Amino acid sequence: MDVLNALVAFSNFVLVPGIAYGSQLALGALGVTLVYGILRFSNFAHGDTMAFGTMVVVLVTWAFQGAGISIDPLPTALLAIPFGILVTIAMLLGTDRVVYRFYRAQKVKPVILVIVSMGVMFIMNGIVRLIIGPGDQRFSDGERFIMSARTFKEMTGLDEGLAIKTTQGITVITAIIVVLLLFWFLGRTRTGKSMRAYSDNEDLALLSGINPERVVMVTWIIVAALATIAGTLYGLDKSFKPFVYFQLLLPIFASAIVGGLGSPLGAIAGGYLIAFAEVTITYPLKKVLGYLLPETLAPDGLVQLLSTDYKFAVSFVILLIVLLFKPTGLFDGRAH
Amino acid sequence: MSDRLRNTLLFGVVALLILIVGLIQGANTALLIVNMGLISAVMAIGVNLQWGFAGLFNIGVMGFVALGGLAAVLIAMPPTTEAWAEGGLGVLTALVLGAATVVAAVLVRKLMPKGLPRALAMLAVLVAGFFIYRAVFDPATSAVEAVNPAGTGYLGGLGLPVIIGWPVGGLLAAGAAWLVGKTALGLRSDYLAIATLGIAEIIIAVLKNEDWLSRGVKNVVGLPRPVPYEVDLQANADFVTMAGDAGLDPMVASALVVKVAYAGLFAAVLAVVLILAQLALNSPWGRMMRAIRDNEVAAEAMGKDVTRRHLQIFVLGSAVCGMAGAMMTTLDGQLTPGTYQPLRFTFLIWVMVIVGGSGNNLGAVLGGFLIWFLWVEVEPIGHALMSVITAGMADGSALKTNLLDSAAHMRMLTMGVVLLLVLRFFPRGLIPEK
Repeated sequence: MDVLNALVAFSNFVLVPGIAYGSQLALGALGVTLVYGILRFSNFAHGDTMAFGTMVVVLVTWAFQGAGISIDPLPTALLAIPFGILVTIAMLLGTDRVVYRFYRAQKVKPVILVIVSMGVMFIMNGIVRLIIGPGDQRFSDGERFIMSARTFKEMTGLDEGLAIKTTQGITVITAIIVVLLLFWFLGRTRTGKSMRAYSDNEDLALLSGINPERVVMVTWIIVAALATIAGTLYGLDKSFKPFVYFQLLLPIFASAIVGGLGSPLGAIAGGYLIAFAEVTITYPLKKVLGYLLPETLAPDGLVQLLSTDYKFAVSFVILLIVLLFKPTGLFDGRAH
Repeated sequence: MSDRLRNTLLFGVVALLILIVGLIQGANTALLIVNMGLISAVMAIGVNLQWGFAGLFNIGVMGFVALGGLAAVLIAMPPTTEAWAEGGLGVLTALVLGAATVVAAVLVRKLMPKGLPRALAMLAVLVAGFFIYRAVFDPATSAVEAVNPAGTGYLGGLGLPVIIGWPVGGLLAAGAAWLVGKTALGLRSDYLAIATLGIAEIIIAVLKNEDWLSRGVKNVVGLPRPVPYEVDLQANADFVTMAGDAGLDPMVASALVVKVAYAGLFAAVLAVVLILAQLALNSPWGRMMRAIRDNEVAAEAMGKDVTRRHLQIFVLGSAVCGMAGAMMTTLDGQLTPGTYQPLRFTFLIWVMVIVGGSGNNLGAVLGGFLIWFLWVEVEPIGHALMSVITAGMADGSALKTNLLDSAAHMRMLTMGVVLLLVLRFFPRGLIPEK
């Protein structure tokens, strides 16, 4: 019984939040890794792109809520995501046309493009603050729990409860659908194959008649969709605050790099690895260990290895270890 | 137009802008811009050393700046004797134990043959060390933090003059940079960027959480100053007569004098740093750095130790940033870990360097002043602009309030636009590298 209780407590506080957070990171890291693979630079504006997409979703959600449109028990935001994606696509294609294309034509060094993306980051950050403000916005509605802790306790008779929030369920299901679609697209369609060819060997791809501008355009469209979905899921799960999205940049990049920049599969693995490490190390394990260890050995303290504010340190240390021992990442991304 | 004339003109324009602010918003505001401009210029020189000279992509400036601020606190604040008695020894022991753990792990790595046993031994040393460290550290810090938590609750500093904190800030940042550089400098530029970004976040997290060290988010306020206090000046009869002779109210005069005194100190530091940086740039060492930046492989083939030189300049540049951070904390008179944000303390400095002209120290100084001026003044200018635009609208209309409120968020947008415009039309900055 104690083992079961420990397992449930672990699932409730580490496993379930970890899977949800990992899915959000994986979707974010996929965007970063695609830009790196096709456009060959680290896009520092990605966090703020996520914030931009989510902002549009939040605004549309409010409009729907005002008009009384809802898909109860699911959150209205799901209905608003397509609109967010469309606006973000327009935004990214516009940015590419006005900003990035010029530098692409000049074939500048990647590091210049990184600095350019800093400028884009400032602008997007400014636009989001201008439109919705820097404050915290809540926009989730509908049913809060798929299963509340109490229902679980009543069902199983255990002391520990297992709560699964609707947003966590939606996050995981959406992430699976999105990833399957993406891999189908990259692996099966002509455009997807041309993207992979372009990422593997630009010259060869150009020789075989692949239109680079089209590849870049499709990439931005996919990135916009990924960023908006990842941002909205994160916002539903926690709340929407522009600055937090900027800070997500670090774990997202850590995920992409740990998995191997340029490798979509790596981005997903990296996302879950970073998420689980963060959640496990910053969660007080007292409860779990209390069930597992004999009473005399039960820990006095919280057995929280690090306080939650050090979660950046976790992504960072994993990042460093992987880079030092396997510089191309776990899934052999391409280092240019 | 010769370079010299062009540069003089550019600096003249920035001076004129600040002068106009002085006329419109008062000398006080203008002096505030000058003071932070001086500090920003020092920071920009630090980043320019790394990026402009050596091509190192460090976006962890914020961390080094914050460490400098911590140094100012540790040097200048009076020690909390009671807290030292309660837990000082414990904290020091714990830190020594922590350091010993790391040393032991490194020794294990050096002495044992490569393989699974070595990895396991290292892990065992680290895990055991961590728990021993926490066992000593936790009670000691709780004891320290329990001492008058509303007033102190930390170990305090050494009670020395705050100016000593400036070079110490540089040293502290240099030490951290050495550790980071040792591990991360071999990485490609993008990876180094992310690594430094992470380090900066970690340093801020430490400052926010380790209350025994920096009071965390409770902030350390009332740092001793290197210049006189306004109230002391106002109480001084000689000063009041002198102010009266100049036709100034003693209150106003004292505020101005204090700021001018700060400006003098900062200008002296900037001058020293700038001269040293210029000498370094034009020395054989500087040429070597640029050679490494432009072609690492060729430089290495010529027998230059690229990794060592990178480490050297990374430490130097970070030290300059740390010193500027200590100066800033001195000017503010407080350390507020909660206010350190990468956009303000890392990326803004980068905008200064890129706009000013990377690889050129004068450019970095110009960028520091110009961008800081814009950062401060965009808000009032935006507000004035919005007031004109909305003048015809009905009071209280939603659009009007929204437009007026939005002026407060114009900063980020302006910085992004300025950066992109400069990158597009002056890719080498306003004062390009020679």
